[in-house]
Amino acid sequence: MAMFESLSKRLEGIFSNLSGQGKLTEDDVNAALREVRIALIEADVNLKVARQFVERVKQKAIGADVMGSLSPAQQVLSIVNEELIEVLGGTDDKNKLDLSGAPPNVIMLVGLQGAGKTTTAAKLANYLRKQGSRPLMVAADMYRPAAVKQLQTLGKQLTVPVYSEPMGANPVDICANSIAYAREQACNVVILDTAGRLNIDERMMNEIITIRNRIQPREVLLVADAMTGQEAVRVAQDFNQAVSLTGMILTKMDGDARGGAALSIRSVTGVPVKFMTVGEKMDALEPFYPDRLASRILGM
Amino acid sequence: QETDTITDDLWDELEESLLAADVGPGTTDWLIERLRQRVEEEHMRTGSQVQRALREELASLLGPSSSLRFAKQSPLTVILVIGVNGSGKTTSIAKMAYRLSREGQKVLLAAGDTFRAAAIDQLKEWGERVGVPVISQHPNSDPGAVVYDAIQAAQTRGSDVLIVDTAGRLHTKFNLMEELKKINKVIQKFIPDGPHELLMVIDATTGQNALLQARKFAEDIGLTGVIITKMDSTAKGGFAFAVADDLGVPIKFIGTGEKVENLIPFDPQSFVTALFAQE
Ligand SMILES: Nc1nc2c(ncn2[C@@H]2O[C@H](COP(=O)(O)OP(=O)(O)OP(=O)(O)O)[C@@H](O)[C@H]2O)c(=O)[nH]1
Ligand SMILES: Nc1nc2c(ncn2[C@@H]2O[C@H](COP(=O)(O)OP(=O)(O)OP(=O)(O)O)[C@@H](O)[C@H]2O)c(=O)[nH]1
Ligand SMILES: [K+]
Ligand SMILES: [Mg+2]
Ligand SMILES: [Mg+2]
Repeated sequence: MAMFESLSKRLEGIFSNLSGQGKLTEDDVNAALREVRIALIEADVNLKVARQFVERVKQKAIGADVMGSLSPAQQVLSIVNEELIEVLGGTDDKNKLDLSGAPPNVIMLVGLQGAGKTTTAAKLANYLRKQGSRPLMVAADMYRPAAVKQLQTLGKQLTVPVYSEPMGANPVDICANSIAYAREQACNVVILDTAGRLNIDERMMNEIITIRNRIQPREVLLVADAMTGQEAVRVAQDFNQAVSLTGMILTKMDGDARGGAALSIRSVTGVPVKFMTVGEKMDALEPFYPDRLASRILGM
Repeated sequence: QETDTITDDLWDELEESLLAADVGPGTTDWLIERLRQRVEEEHMRTGSQVQRALREELASLLGPSSSLRFAKQSPLTVILVIGVNGSGKTTSIAKMAYRLSREGQKVLLAAGDTFRAAAIDQLKEWGERVGVPVISQHPNSDPGAVVYDAIQAAQTRGSDVLIVDTAGRLHTKFNLMEELKKINKVIQKFIPDGPHELLMVIDATTGQNALLQARKFAEDIGLTGVIITKMDSTAKGGFAFAVADDLGVPIKFIGTGEKVENLIPFDPQSFVTALFAQE
């Protein structure tokens, strides 16, 4: 089974018998977009999203001039790249964290098991504190063995306070109680670390619905693993429907995953990417740059 | 009846269901080509025949089912568990420990993840729940030293199986892959035919990166098997076909939940059936 060959190389191949002059015809474009679609799927972009995306690009590419210094392949790539950046949110302000409510502003992290919520909670606390906030982290995972200890350990490392209750406490109550505690401690941002859960686990999804309704967080962020495959769309849709996501954080981008899941999630739910995480250390959190992710998805 | 003929729509549907299950464009192309060839050669007439042939091809990519390998020369079997961050290594170790203990094996666990916050506590808590002792040192201590300790302890106590937990690591991190080689060497020094299993844990919700991961781990330290976790999700784990076929490494277990009982031996037939199941 053939390994993935770089998209630009494959496009050069397709256009090799085109003179590099004139306009891109529908046939040229169709042939090129077949390769683009495969490259997107190879990058874990959802099948349907890839198809819709390619349709959008098609309209822009047919009839485009290829007279300038760009080869036809480069021309198509550049149209695809621009469109990707656009779909990923461009320079949209929605990509930024919104903490403009009356303090304490609450950020709730949700997602599948092992996506990186707990680690990301600590990175966010670290990031916000550097910006002058006083964060509080809340250990609302009562299920995973040593989940509370994990957050407490990170809190100690960072000297950021952690609110927790003894085993057996109800996660909804823990979150509610933490708000009063934040006020007492003069913390102006509260980060809720919830347990990992499957989007099809009704009982567990009801738990975060209840927390959301009770606490009314300013931000509800889906923490999603950059390595996620085709199911990312379904997962994000289910979480979005349950708790009305305000954004997502794409984790583990320090590997070689292409991160196509983020494109799928953004285009199907409209939920913007707000941060990317790029390592296990506490400073490995970056603001989201759509152009970088676009290049990454295209393997450029 | 014309409903079961082999049409372009049928090919499109097959392609789509494979891609949607994370089988990946490369393997999907290969499968479709292979099926078209078989349709010719075997004079297939119906869509059902094609569907059946596809299931055969898929199952044959996975290879036969394969159970855990135990030590022949030494009394102690060592199982080393590796994989990228958050895939489900520690939980799968607890599940294996539970399973093996119930089969009458004397199991010992080694807390080889000394890096991640509370990773040692997590394994210890699982050990208590399952009733299996855990050998550990302080956070940030050398994982090689933990493994050394654990082998000594296993030999003194007369354990049958030692399962070693390791920190999650992305396959692209040179230093962390070197650390893993070192852990492997410590095992080999004391148990020359070990580790008897080198199991890589992959999350079923992973997409095409799974193959890159598996390939790198296989190259750097070798793999004897794969565990696919989180099969209770809506993801199908279609990368398994490329992983099993390309690397020739069998899938040994499937994780189907967060409880200790949620680990089942891998069965190629039911995996293929589940691939086409509608939720
Ligand atoms: N390499 C890398 N590892 C990460 C990153 N973010 C998180 N991790 C690791 O991923 C693993 C899982 O992270 P957690 O924070 O425990 O994930 P979680 O979502 O809280 O997990 P559950 O609570 O079990 O659902 C840990 O080993 C983290 O160190 C990242 O950006 N890069
Ligand atoms: N639904 C489901 N969750 C699972 C399964 N296996 C593990 N998990 C969950 O996935 C999360 C991560 O599991 P861990 O065992 O901590 O993963 P790990 O690979 O040891 O993680 P690191 O050591 O941080 O790299 C936990 O919340 C587990 O409960 C499974 O088969 N199904
Ligand atoms: K499944
Ligand atoms: Mg957690
Ligand atoms: Mg672990």
